[in-house]
Amino acid sequence: MLGKTAGGLFWLFRYMERSENTARMIDAGLRISLTRSSAAVSEWTSILNATGLQNVYLQRYDTYTGPQVIDFLLRDETNPGSVRAVVESARNNARLVRTALTREVWEAVNECYMALTAVLANPVSDRDLPRVLQMIRQRSAFVRGALHGTMVRNDMYDFARIGTFFERADNTARILDVKYYILLPSIMHVGTATDNVQWETILRATSSVRAYQTLHDGEVDPKSIAHFLILDRRLPRSLAFCYSKIKDNLAYLETDYGTRHPCHDLADRICKRFSTFDVDMIFEYGLHEYIQDFLTDSAALGQQIETDYRFIE
Amino acid sequence: MTNKPDYFDEMMQAGGAPRAPYADYHDWFTSEEPGRLLEKSAEAEALFRLTGITFNVYGDPGAAERLIPFDLIPRIIGGREWALVAKGIEQRVRALNAFLHDIYHRQEIIKAGRIPARMIAQNAAFLPQMIGMTPPGGIYTHIVGTDLVRTGPDEFFVLEDNARTPSGVSYMLENRETMLHMFPELFSKVKVQSVSQYPRSLRRSLGACAPKACEGRPTLAVLTPGMYNSAYYEHAFLADQMGAELVEGHDLRVVNGRVAMRTTQGYKPIDVLYRRIDDDYLDPLNFNPDSMLGVPGIIDVYRAGGITLANAPGTGIADDKAIYSYMPEIVEFYTGEKAILKNVPTHRCSEPEALKYVLDNLAELVVKEVHGSGGYGMLVGPAASKQELAAFRAKLEANPDNYIAQPTLALSTVPILTDAGLAPRHVDLRPYVLVSPGKIDITPGGLTRVALTEGSLVVNSSQGGGTKDTWVLEE
Amino acid sequence: MRLKIEHQTTYTYDHPVPYGLQQLRLRPKSRDGQEVLSWDIDVRGGTREVTYEDEHANTVDLISFDAGQHEISIICKGEVDVTDRAGVVGRQMGFVPLWLYQRSTPLTAAGPLVRALVAQVKRADTELATLHALSAHILQAVPYSTDQAASDLTVEQALAAGHAVCQDHAHIFVSAARAMGFPARYVSGYLMMDDRVMQDASHAWAEAHVAGLGWVGFDVSNGISPDARYVRVATALDYRGAAPISGLRFGHGHESMNVSLQVQQQ
Repeated sequence: MLGKTAGGLFWLFRYMERSENTARMIDAGLRISLTRSSAAVSEWTSILNATGLQNVYLQRYDTYTGPQVIDFLLRDETNPGSVRAVVESARNNARLVRTALTREVWEAVNECYMALTAVLANPVSDRDLPRVLQMIRQRSAFVRGALHGTMVRNDMYDFARIGTFFERADNTARILDVKYYILLPSIMHVGTATDNVQWETILRATSSVRAYQTLHDGEVDPKSIAHFLILDRRLPRSLAFCYSKIKDNLAYLETDYGTRHPCHDLADRICKRFSTFDVDMIFEYGLHEYIQDFLTDSAALGQQIETDYRFIE
Repeated sequence: MTNKPDYFDEMMQAGGAPRAPYADYHDWFTSEEPGRLLEKSAEAEALFRLTGITFNVYGDPGAAERLIPFDLIPRIIGGREWALVAKGIEQRVRALNAFLHDIYHRQEIIKAGRIPARMIAQNAAFLPQMIGMTPPGGIYTHIVGTDLVRTGPDEFFVLEDNARTPSGVSYMLENRETMLHMFPELFSKVKVQSVSQYPRSLRRSLGACAPKACEGRPTLAVLTPGMYNSAYYEHAFLADQMGAELVEGHDLRVVNGRVAMRTTQGYKPIDVLYRRIDDDYLDPLNFNPDSMLGVPGIIDVYRAGGITLANAPGTGIADDKAIYSYMPEIVEFYTGEKAILKNVPTHRCSEPEALKYVLDNLAELVVKEVHGSGGYGMLVGPAASKQELAAFRAKLEANPDNYIAQPTLALSTVPILTDAGLAPRHVDLRPYVLVSPGKIDITPGGLTRVALTEGSLVVNSSQGGGTKDTWVLEE
Repeated sequence: MRLKIEHQTTYTYDHPVPYGLQQLRLRPKSRDGQEVLSWDIDVRGGTREVTYEDEHANTVDLISFDAGQHEISIICKGEVDVTDRAGVVGRQMGFVPLWLYQRSTPLTAAGPLVRALVAQVKRADTELATLHALSAHILQAVPYSTDQAASDLTVEQALAAGHAVCQDHAHIFVSAARAMGFPARYVSGYLMMDDRVMQDASHAWAEAHVAGLGWVGFDVSNGISPDARYVRVATALDYRGAAPISGLRFGHGHESMNVSLQVQQQ
């Protein structure tokens, strides 16, 4: 398998994952701005922060309004991280690695691109927005489904999965990073409605409202939210879950190729962080610092994988 | 409708009865609802879009990714008709390879006075780096796409020999897949020879030409200029179907005396490279130093026997349009037989008498650039305006060596499906030929290109042509 | 005459070279009048990838740079026995058709200056004498001088400069001879200058094809045909095809070259 192909698969699935994560964040932002208009500006700011696109946004706009931010995140031509651009990047990577994909996976990506390019050709009205956001998530799910159902479980599959979980963990960590302060214990807010709504945003942005409620009997408190999103291996978007999958897939590559690389050690080290820290220790260490450390290590792992598997020369 | 030349229609005879190869299909067709067929037509287009069979038009970045229109009335050729064509192609391809070997070695055909030395000496397609080099297996043109036109039941002419890197075979395969998908019942009614074995045959055929450095099962790869190339879909398709890697120049480098690709586990040598980039861009160390698409040193490894390139560099000398005019002599010289397939009579404008004739009869002729392709830079006299004729006359007079001229042939027609029913359109045919040591493998049928505009003779996809599925009936 | 040759070329880079290739045309061949007794090429900082014969039957070594090198050295050592044959090399061997040697190349394309020079050459009774006259005329028109501005001059540029090194002389001869209807080619090789052991650089001269004799050598710079002090190494249509070392490298940075060459009689 070509190094370039491994890189293309990794990025194809990162982009597919990113498109649905962006849709989720828009959904969360939309919800809070509908229920609490006073919080809207700070909400959209933190969403742009979490997507890493705030600087691009500020080059274009001075104010934060819902329709403006939504249009920017969905389809703005100056935004390389818009859903439209990300889906196009996904498709370009799919074209690049066409020979590594089954016809089903390729067609799911191509159909996703064609469908989303069509609905995002013009501004999306408020009325259509929920349908469009759902469509973005669904198209990504179709691609994932085609991957599960048709791809041979070999190195190609491993790189696709690593890309998926790498992006997902990154996304969860970024949401936590811009929202950590509302999870910190504060006498002022305890028990107020503010917190409940804010906390819910975090869960909504990670599609885990229902899961949380089911597993926690409806009790909402910041520590258990942090535990849930960082350490709970039952949640498919938690850092611990994503990293156990990254570790597994790297291990398959190690077995398959018969070679252990520096990226394996690095992934093990990151995983260890989830087994040695409990949530109290995380808060003691500093939630913000803990997430920052994670993001630094994860960026290093991304680069190491790229080097070890020769995505580029 | 006066003065309309009489064209040979491959489906319908004068009087309204179908020709024999179309008999069964015609039965089926007349029992079909026309509305359903038009719906199927739209369905086919959606299918092609989903599959991604698109192409980019050069020099038109705005119009990236167009579909080549597909017409769902098949072009049907009888088994016996085809056998004659196949025999003629085989003879011609055999002669081409013998010619190439001779031209890059002893040049007996020139010594024998059958081709003037200047035809080679002044030809930019002659590649000195190939002198004295015998490619692995002795094969120069592993893949040939012979362009044919038909003017009557048994009248086939070769238009071009496409011995460099003929494209379009993916359309042949996808057109058949689409027809099978849309009209499965039709294929139980009409016995059509299969084309789906092509990728396997290609793999076998290329593998049979592995270089001496190859150990074990040959490793194949397809070299593409990249995803912005007009034929990228086809490159990916063929690599996928053959189970070969699809590589670009920057994936490859010379390692341990071989050309090797960068894999997730280090560099791995390639035995046979099906390259879909032109000679000039193949190797910046040996050819065009500005090429970003090629692999430095690949020609050194090739001459040293470390890799097979398909097709061999320098094969352009055999499909040059000026050399084309000598094909009857070439076939006879190397095979000792008369050419089975006819050549279109060709006037070489480099010869003063021919030039005079061409200028005097410009409005009746088709004039082509010697090195041109894709239907660009050509004049179709009967269809040209006075201004176009005058402009082309000036070009011809300024650089006569650059042109050849041919009479306009009465190209056969096959109907296409329009909103108003069937309508005849001109077609050509490109069968695909695989050459390996001791074996010439011709896929029954090929790619039928159809000029969608009424009366037009230009079938190139870049000029508004479409394609049809081509059926060769079992005998 | 038995010549002992030691030729070392070293390239030094101010930045390490991530990847690069060089083609070496540095292997003389045994042939009539020239017997190679021993010849070795040692590459330091690089690896030999393949060795093959090009279309002109030159033996080519392709070498790759070892990753991250600052320096690569190519060291040739050997002994060659040469017989004086008054420059006559003999009939064309191999598959290259003679007409190929009448093709012009970017470096040897004849322009107004070459055509003017050809017009001045006196035609003698024999082809051989005419070619000797051409050689003498070139040397007179553009005298030898090591003070040349650039190394890759075209023939027209060299004629305009008014003086020439051996490479320019060979190119001008080749271009003019072709303009006069002779197949002609460029030769790179070694020359033992009588007055010294350390030679400045490897040498270049030209050959033209004369009916009856075959290829005949002309060393314009020295005003003679090659004798027993000349070792023929590579031939081609021009310098680019016969260059002792030509290459391509990735990465940026400055390259400097150092050549040391000893040719001495044993």
